Amino acid sequence: MGLRVLAAMSGGVDSAVAAARIAEQGHDVTGVHLALSANPQSHRTGARGCCTIEDSRDARRAADVIGIPFYIWDMAERFQRDVIEDFVAEYAAGRTPNPCLRCNEKIKFEAVLDRALALGFDAVATGHHARLADGVLSRSPDPAKDQSYVLGVLTREQLSHAMFPLGDSTKAEVREEAARRGLTVADKPDSHDICFIADGDTRGFLAKRLGTAQGEIRDEDGTVLGSHSGAYAYTVGQRKGLHLDRPSADGKPRYVLSIEPVSNTVTVGPRSSLEVTTITATRPVWNGPADRSGLTVQLRAHGEVYGCRIVDGGDSIVIELDAPAKGVAAGQAAVLYSGDTVIGSATIAGAS
Amino acid sequence: MLPEAIAAMTEQLGQVGNASSLHAAGRHARRVVEESRESIAEALGARPSEVVFTSGGTEADNLAVKGLYWSRAPRRRLLLSSVEHHAALDPAQWLADRQGAELELLAVDEHGKLHPDTLRAAIERDPDSVAMVSVMWANNEVGTIQPVRVLAAIAHDHGIPFHTDAVQALGQVPVSFAASGADALTVSGHKIGGPMGVGALLLGRSMTPAPVLHGGGQERDVRSGTLDTPAIAGLAAAVQVAVRDQEEQREHLTKLRDELIERVRLAVPDVILNGDPADRLPGNAHFSFPGCEGDALLMLLDAKGVECSTGSACSAGVAQPSHVLLAMGADSLRARGSLRFTLGHTSTKDDIDRLVEVLPAVVERARRAGVS
Repeated sequence: MGLRVLAAMSGGVDSAVAAARIAEQGHDVTGVHLALSANPQSHRTGARGCCTIEDSRDARRAADVIGIPFYIWDMAERFQRDVIEDFVAEYAAGRTPNPCLRCNEKIKFEAVLDRALALGFDAVATGHHARLADGVLSRSPDPAKDQSYVLGVLTREQLSHAMFPLGDSTKAEVREEAARRGLTVADKPDSHDICFIADGDTRGFLAKRLGTAQGEIRDEDGTVLGSHSGAYAYTVGQRKGLHLDRPSADGKPRYVLSIEPVSNTVTVGPRSSLEVTTITATRPVWNGPADRSGLTVQLRAHGEVYGCRIVDGGDSIVIELDAPAKGVAAGQAAVLYSGDTVIGSATIAGAS
Repeated sequence: MLPEAIAAMTEQLGQVGNASSLHAAGRHARRVVEESRESIAEALGARPSEVVFTSGGTEADNLAVKGLYWSRAPRRRLLLSSVEHHAALDPAQWLADRQGAELELLAVDEHGKLHPDTLRAAIERDPDSVAMVSVMWANNEVGTIQPVRVLAAIAHDHGIPFHTDAVQALGQVPVSFAASGADALTVSGHKIGGPMGVGALLLGRSMTPAPVLHGGGQERDVRSGTLDTPAIAGLAAAVQVAVRDQEEQREHLTKLRDELIERVRLAVPDVILNGDPADRLPGNAHFSFPGCEGDALLMLLDAKGVECSTGSACSAGVAQPSHVLLAMGADSLRARGSLRFTLGHTSTKDDIDRLVEVLPAVVERARRAGVS
């Protein structure tokens, strides 16, 4: 007898194929589309957004083709509180959050998983591109689509109730399989960017919620180089859109080095000042094997990987990089790998 | 679909001919349409000329509400009960939003019933400004039957047209257009075992609503469009059966339904029965399960082979608390924790046995999942 599995179905090709695969394996699968917006738009515009009525219809259509029951769960309140408000608060505090990661942590594998378990399900399956074998998470064979980074925050307990049926496949294989299975979402474009900012204008979205406040853009030595209308609009490592009044002495471009929300100050400097080798990170989660050989760390989604050593301080850790990294932003996750295997993660608090 | 409706419909599917044409095939189709019209009229206490075929209940309600409103200009007030089906409520709301209508949703009691005094008071505030009144015969969610004859008489005291949506009532309680006093009455095929996509508005001969569909002028110039002969034949057959078997159905369903209510109460002692305890559709039982999400109950019951429904399905997919329950004074939590069980001619005691066998565990599980 198979497991009772809740398949989260976004309306996209990945989650449709994931649901089809586990149903075919003989599990008792129920499709659920998560309604994350209180006032969903009726149609997708471009590749952004994942929660329009059209998406929910695509998900239902896929469930009908697979032949599984399908329901819509209203998660809009939880999503608003745990993802959108957290996103705004993190920016207001001068950090750079990753809302997709937060959604996995708080919505898909907390709110949805808890409810699913209470209702008698054994597991939640999603269309994420990551391998999960015996509770151990590792990278997808498709490096361009690998999503182990945004799942690296999940605890062992959360992973023990998760299923990622696409773990061994590339995106091209998934699309080809969707077409073969008669799932009409086979050629639907990939979604990217932030689903709740439909027009892609993060700065405008934040300005609407946080208001504007004039502040200074300073050099590393404190010289005022320009002004801005809200420090939250900047990200460490950012080069474009600084609108500085004065060019740098050496004529080279300057980058955002840090954001200080209390004084509303943005500090900029040359590219070399962006380089860091020591990262402190909080809220560590150890979800993988104890073997830490060949340790590497990834500091942002689809970002570079650095060899490193870690000093485990309990509530926080220090990560010493083998080579300097640039543009390391507080609020992002540092996901630790041994080879391709995730061993844990923590939230970046600072870097030097 | 009822075998009688399938037979009547399939007999026509192979025929060519437009009921509006003059040639032989057209005459044949017209004969089928007119005989269907006569048979429906006779079964429902109407004259043949009072039967206007439509594409279903939604179109009939739209024609009654919008058509009568437009034909009664410059009167602006629309009086509807607050528990109407969306097919009546939404056109009225659209008239209010876009065309300057003043929509008044009349309050109902805790059982969902509209009291005649409420309608009388609303009309008498300014009788000359009321364009039309629409109150459903029986509620599709909680099953409450409205005092349609009394309500229609009150509207008539002031010369105001009265429409009633009888989609749910037909086949369950006696429905007579003449005896009801209504000026317009909606029926639909698929709710009585007839085909989907066909219905009718029974329309008093003095009523001249403005058309919603303009075109060839079929159907008394108020509803254009080539008539769907096979569907109309199927509808007529289903109406015949619904009226013929109504009393027997009522007896069978009432007995089953009362047993269902009693046994659900025993299985889940804190359950709340919604709707009028006496004046309700024989096949309807509607409950609130405190501490449960209706969607969770539905999913768990469906997995056990018990099919039921939460409120009316919402096209956006996300379940909204039912406007009917809110109008009856339920709070949003109670409204969301509600389920409707509908019994029909295929329902048996075994279905109830199955329900009460699985219900306690399902309710317990849904309570553990809580209300999100």
